[in-house]
Parts: sequence; structure tokens; C-alpha cells
Amino acid sequence: MRDLVEVHPFMTSMNEESIELVSGCARNAVFAPGSLLCAEGGDADTFYLLRRGQVSISVHIPGRGSVVIETVGAGDVVGWSWLVPPYRWTFDARAMDDVGCIAIDGACLRVKALTDPSLGFALLSKVSVTLLERLQATRMRLLDLYGDHRVQ
Amino acid sequence: MSSDRTLSMRPSSVAPRGNLNDLTPIVHRVVERIGETNDITTLVLEPLDAPSMTFRCGQFNMLSAFGVGEIAISMSSAPGEGTLRHSIRDVGAVSHALCQSRVGDLVGVRGPFGSDWLVESASVEADLDPRDTIVVAGGIGLAPLRGAVEELVRANERGGGRVFVLVGAREPSQIVFRADLDSWRARGAKVSLTVDLATPEWDGRVGLVTTLLADAGFDATNSRAMLCGPEVMMRFTARALVDLGMDPEGILVSLERNMQCGVGWCGHCQLGPFLLCRDGPVVPYAGLVSQLLTQRER
Repeated sequence: MRDLVEVHPFMTSMNEESIELVSGCARNAVFAPGSLLCAEGGDADTFYLLRRGQVSISVHIPGRGSVVIETVGAGDVVGWSWLVPPYRWTFDARAMDDVGCIAIDGACLRVKALTDPSLGFALLSKVSVTLLERLQATRMRLLDLYGDHRVQ
Repeated sequence: MSSDRTLSMRPSSVAPRGNLNDLTPIVHRVVERIGETNDITTLVLEPLDAPSMTFRCGQFNMLSAFGVGEIAISMSSAPGEGTLRHSIRDVGAVSHALCQSRVGDLVGVRGPFGSDWLVESASVEADLDPRDTIVVAGGIGLAPLRGAVEELVRANERGGGRVFVLVGAREPSQIVFRADLDSWRARGAKVSLTVDLATPEWDGRVGLVTTLLADAGFDATNSRAMLCGPEVMMRFTARALVDLGMDPEGILVSLERNMQCGVGWCGHCQLGPFLLCRDGPVVPYAGLVSQLLTQRER
């Protein structure tokens, strides 16, 4: 398991000890197309480091059904709700094709992070990078760059 | 490359000047009209009484809707295609008039103007560029790249470098040239699409076009890129490509300002020391251009 964890982009620049600790909470997981990695409202006790395949992030909107707001793929992370109370998923994540990933037990990792501040800081730093990238992407999409901006 | 032209950008003070013939529109007839999306129309034009135009991929023409005005529109056909095509988005008075043209209507054409994507047909296989080419387009930005992609796919079929076409659009219905995208894919290009707003029937990628870069599969250290779309998109994409290891000198962007004369006389399309109608629209991202794109223009 450690070999898989070590080479995932999320773990880049993490030290050996942190990789060991994260690996201790990790397991291999696969999802068939259409199956849910997590469902909105459920307990956020896991997060996923994607190794292959695509995952859609969606929210259910009354009258419109499930609306996909983003897709993520190999090298990306699904879920950070495991880090923040009340540890509840705020979206659905569904496999779009055959998905291979590393499932990490969030509760296990929280305990380790509390007792090992260097691991906690490393994890928060990594999650912050992911959050920042998603925030930047969201800002860009809010600009509606391809929208109908009449000029003449 | 087959050409000895380089990616360097000429300062406007030393670039050659146009002549009066460049200011005279040549009347063309609309011979075909293709509705690409709800607001993008492709016009296929033929000269009324003149030889067909020769041009290079990425250049533009000034199109006149008689009695309404004139705007700059890039060619969306490849030079070897045998037709002159322009794909126009209906965003203002002139573009609206052009989009409303019917088969048989007349439009004015001045050009071709400006720089190009440096994609040229190699007469012998040994001259084919072996590098990967990454083409990134946002929305209607695929139109000025369409001819270049066609040339690149042809070159790839003859042993040239691989072609990666990454396209972002607002929503699935705004993806242009779907038949071409399918054709390029079938002929060996890697084509990836993403949209900002997914519809229920869309089962593809959702997100920024930059998210397509990571798993596209190109070799960033031995490749070149051609970007066209909203400037912010091109900026972020260029930065992402540089972060992946691409040489900024190998990244070309297509810039647009208020092109009017087309020959560098009027100065309306100035960007810093450059006149984009003549020094552009296709320019290397490296150096001064990357700085100018982040500065507020006065």
C-alpha cells in the first residue's frame, strides 16, 4: 500500500514518516462506472486519492436532478469534509468510468494528525493547495469567460 | 520546422508597412452558410471577380457587412482546403449582420493580415516537425485554430509529431466543429473536451480547460503549444504549460484588439510596442507579451 501512496501527487514532498502514517490508514479501492464514492449528507469518514478514471462531483437540485459541477481524475483528491466538523459530505462523487483509487480513513488520519503536529501541518498544507486550486478554478468559471459579452 | 521563420515578435517600428491595395475590399459571395451553434455561423466565401486568396493558418481578414461596418475575423479553413471560411460569433452590429448573411449575399474582404501559427505543409517527410503540438482552444477560439489543426493532423499522418486538441466551452451546445473534432480523433489526434456548465445529457469532463492538461499525455519538454480563446484562459493555460516544463518560447497565443486598418497604420490595435494587426494576432507568449497580458492598458 505504501508504494501506491508514495507515488500519488498528493503525497509529493511529504516526508517518509508522514507517508508511513498516511499509508497506515489507506486501502486500495475500485469503483465501477456509475457507483458512488460518497453521497451528500453521508458521514465523511474517507477521502480518495484518484489513481485512474474520472469522478464527477455533483449536487442534487430539486427540479433539475443531479447537476455535475466538476469532474476530477487521476492525481486529484476527492473530499476534504473528513477534515472539518461535522465531517459530512456536501456533494455526491460518482465514478464516470472504472476508477482506481486509494481510500484513506479520515478518522484514523485525524487521530494521527492530532498527535503528530508535523503530519497535521503537512496534511493541511496539501489540502490547502487542493482547495486553492479548486477556488481559483471556480473564480475563473464565475467569470463566464465564454459567455455572451456583447461588444458592439 | 519546415520554415525558417522564427517565433520572434517583430517590433512594429521595423515591420513592413502595407499598401493602399490592402485597404480596398474585394467583393465575395457567400456560397455556403453553416450554423455552428445558436450564435456562431460559418460563412464560406468565394471571390466575385478575383483569384482565390492565399493565406496562412491563424491570419485574419477584415470582413465588411456593407452599410453596417467592418470587423476582423480569422480564417477558419486550412490553406489547402480550397475554400475561404470564416466562423463568426454574433456579438455586435457587424457580426450580427454577417451572421444573418444568406447564400448569394455579398460581403467585402480585405486581407489576409497578420502573423500565423507557423504551421506549414512540409513537402518532404524529413521536414516534418517531430514535436508534440498542444492546441488549446476556448469557445470560438477553436475557429482560428481549425486550419492549423487540420494541417497538423495531416502532418501527423505522414509521420510528424503528435497532436493534442484540448477544447473548453461554456456548455455542450457551444462546442464548435464537432464533425472536425470527431475526424481529428479518428485520424489519430487526442481530442479532449470540457465544459463549464454541464447539462443532463453531458457525460464528459466539467471544469476549466487547464484541467485537461495534466492527463493529456504529451511530452511538455519536447512540444509546442497554440492557444486561442479568452485572454485570461490563455494566460492561465500558458502558465500551466510552463509549470509542466514547456519552453515559453514554444507557446503561441492569438491576441485580439480593436483591429481596424489591418496594416499597422491606424494604431487602434496597439498592445504596448506592438500593433497586433501586423505584429500579431499570433505572438509568442514568452517575454514581453506575458508581461503585457497582466498589465492594465491605458
